[in-house]
Order: sequence, then C-alpha cells, then structure tokens
Amino acid sequence: MPGKVITITSGKGGVGKTTVTANLGMALAQHGQRVAVVDADIGLRNLDVVMGLENRIVYDLVDVVEGVCRLRQALIRDRRVNELYLLPAAQTRDKTAVSPADMIQVCEQLRREFDYALIDSPAGIEQGFQNAVAGADEVIIVTTPEVSAVRDADRIIGLIEAQEKGPGSLIINRLKPEMVRRGDMLSTEDVVEILAIKLLGIVPEDEAIVISTNRGTPIVLDGRSPAAQALDNIARRIMGEDIPMYQPAREEGFFSRLARMVRGGE
Amino acid sequence: MSAIAKLFRRKQPTSSQVAKERLQLVLIHDRVKLSPDMLERIKDDLVASISKYLDIDREGLQITLTQNKRLIVDMPLRERSARRRSG
Repeated sequence: MPGKVITITSGKGGVGKTTVTANLGMALAQHGQRVAVVDADIGLRNLDVVMGLENRIVYDLVDVVEGVCRLRQALIRDRRVNELYLLPAAQTRDKTAVSPADMIQVCEQLRREFDYALIDSPAGIEQGFQNAVAGADEVIIVTTPEVSAVRDADRIIGLIEAQEKGPGSLIINRLKPEMVRRGDMLSTEDVVEILAIKLLGIVPEDEAIVISTNRGTPIVLDGRSPAAQALDNIARRIMGEDIPMYQPAREEGFFSRLARMVRGGE
Repeated sequence: MSAIAKLFRRKQPTSSQVAKERLQLVLIHDRVKLSPDMLERIKDDLVASISKYLDIDREGLQITLTQNKRLIVDMPLRERSARRRSG
C-alpha cells in the first residue's frame, strides 16, 4: 500500500510547525511506522536542529531535485527509533530551486518507501508553501489561540480548498488552559467554531518543549510531559486510532462543588 | 458610580470574547476579499446610481457584510426628499 504524504503548514510563522512535524514523525516511528520527515523550508532549514540531526547532513532536498544524488543518499536515518528519516532542506539556496512539479515527484518516491511522509512547510502563502502542499495527500494546519494565527490559518484553509487539498485538519498549539479558564485566551471551541474544520488535536503550552528543542531531542522521546502525550495522541489519531481529545483539567465551578458536597462527595 | 449602578452595569466582555468578535469580523471581510477601499468605491457607485432617482444622504449610508455572507445596504434618504414623497 502506498504511504501517505501529509503537509504541516500554518500561514503564520512561529506557531510550532517544525516542532509538531518533528514530534509527529518521531511518534509515528515509535509506533512502528516507516516515516520520512521533509524540511521544505529551503534557505531557512530548521527541522534538522529541532531533531538534533544537524551534524549529519550530506545532501539535501535540492540535491535530490537536481539529480546530484538519489533520494536514499539524502535521507538521514534517526538512530533513536527504528524507521525514521530526515530529508533536510538546502540552506544556501532559495525556494525557487524547487518547483511544485519537483515536489510532486519527490512525494511520489516517498510514498513508495514510507508509510508516512510529513512535510514541514515554510510560513507564508507563496512559492515555498505552494511547493510544500503540491504533493500532499492531506494537510494539517497548526495554529495558536491568537487572533493573528487564527486569521492566517483561515487564509491557508481557503487556499488549500482552492487547490482541492482540503479541508485539512487542525492542531491548536500552545493552549494555556488557565488563561482560557479566565476568559483571556480563545478556547478550543472558539477556534474550531471560527475555522470550521476538523480538530486533530490540542497541544498545551509546555516548558518541556523549549528544553527538548535546546537538546535536539523531540519531546515524545521522553514521554511524560503534557505536550508529549498530546503529540503522541495526535500521531495515533493519524494512524486511525480513536483517541479522546485532550481536555485541559477544568477547575470545578461553585455550583458543581456544592452539588458534590450535597451528594456527599464522589 | 453608585454601588447599585455597579451592580446592574453589564459585565465587561472578557478579552477572549473581544478576540473572537474581532476575528469573526475580520474574517468575514477576508473571506470575500472585500477591502475597506472597495467598500468605499461601492458606496460611491451606489450613491451615483440611486441619486438619479432619489436624494441620498451619503453620510448616513452604511454597508455591512454579515456572517452569513449577505451584503446589507442601509441607504437613508435626505429628510427633504422623504417628506416630498409622503406629501
């Protein structure tokens, strides 16, 4: 069975596309899938450092497209899991070095070799983004619960639908349950209502992400933090498992507390 | 403000409610690609064509795009012309 190519994009920069790509790739591999993660942000490569594989790059995506090397030669194997490979972006070129037709061809090869290929899209809606979605079977949109990020996500959803790649599914990243509770952050329900697409998962804000990025160790490798669990759940949903949505622990309201006291506690 | 007035004052919306409303408004315009500049040009064209028949109050003219994709034009007539019609 041919594999699935999934592009991870957002419109706005800095919402966590690369972290999400690295962790979903790692989590899928931990669950026994053969996975390639592809950095499509040519000229601004970062997936390599987030994964901690930056010292092992020999060839890159542009080399593959230009026929300098074969796809296999450019893929860097991540030895921490069984079947995870990185196809890095070129750092010294720009996005015009690759065309959507080139990407469709690379994706075709990836589909033959892997169960999943995750493509980390650059921010923006220009050629880099167009390249990143050209060969995709599915698109995941990452947003944060902020006005600017949600607005850009809406624009991206429109573009994806226009290219008949849509509607895509949504990851809400860096949610702060405490702020949502105070009414100072858009809630999951707000964002889903506004964007009107399928919710794939919610990743809470988690300091452990910063630490894992510092070390180049995707957070799902050490497992227990809230963000790691949320990302692992998303990976399992991608594999078709039915995992209930992460629900930030809600503080009990006065009336439910009263009701519980009256009922004699539970 | 007296204590009683405070009690009855409507609660301030939370910042997330404000964010949601602002987003919904801005997305309505984004989705149909309607810029403020285009809206002004539409107003001018409407006034120009309707003015051939009626005396329009340009200042009071309002165009709103609703969430369910309806363009609502509220076009008040000048006092004078309204009275002439009824009389």
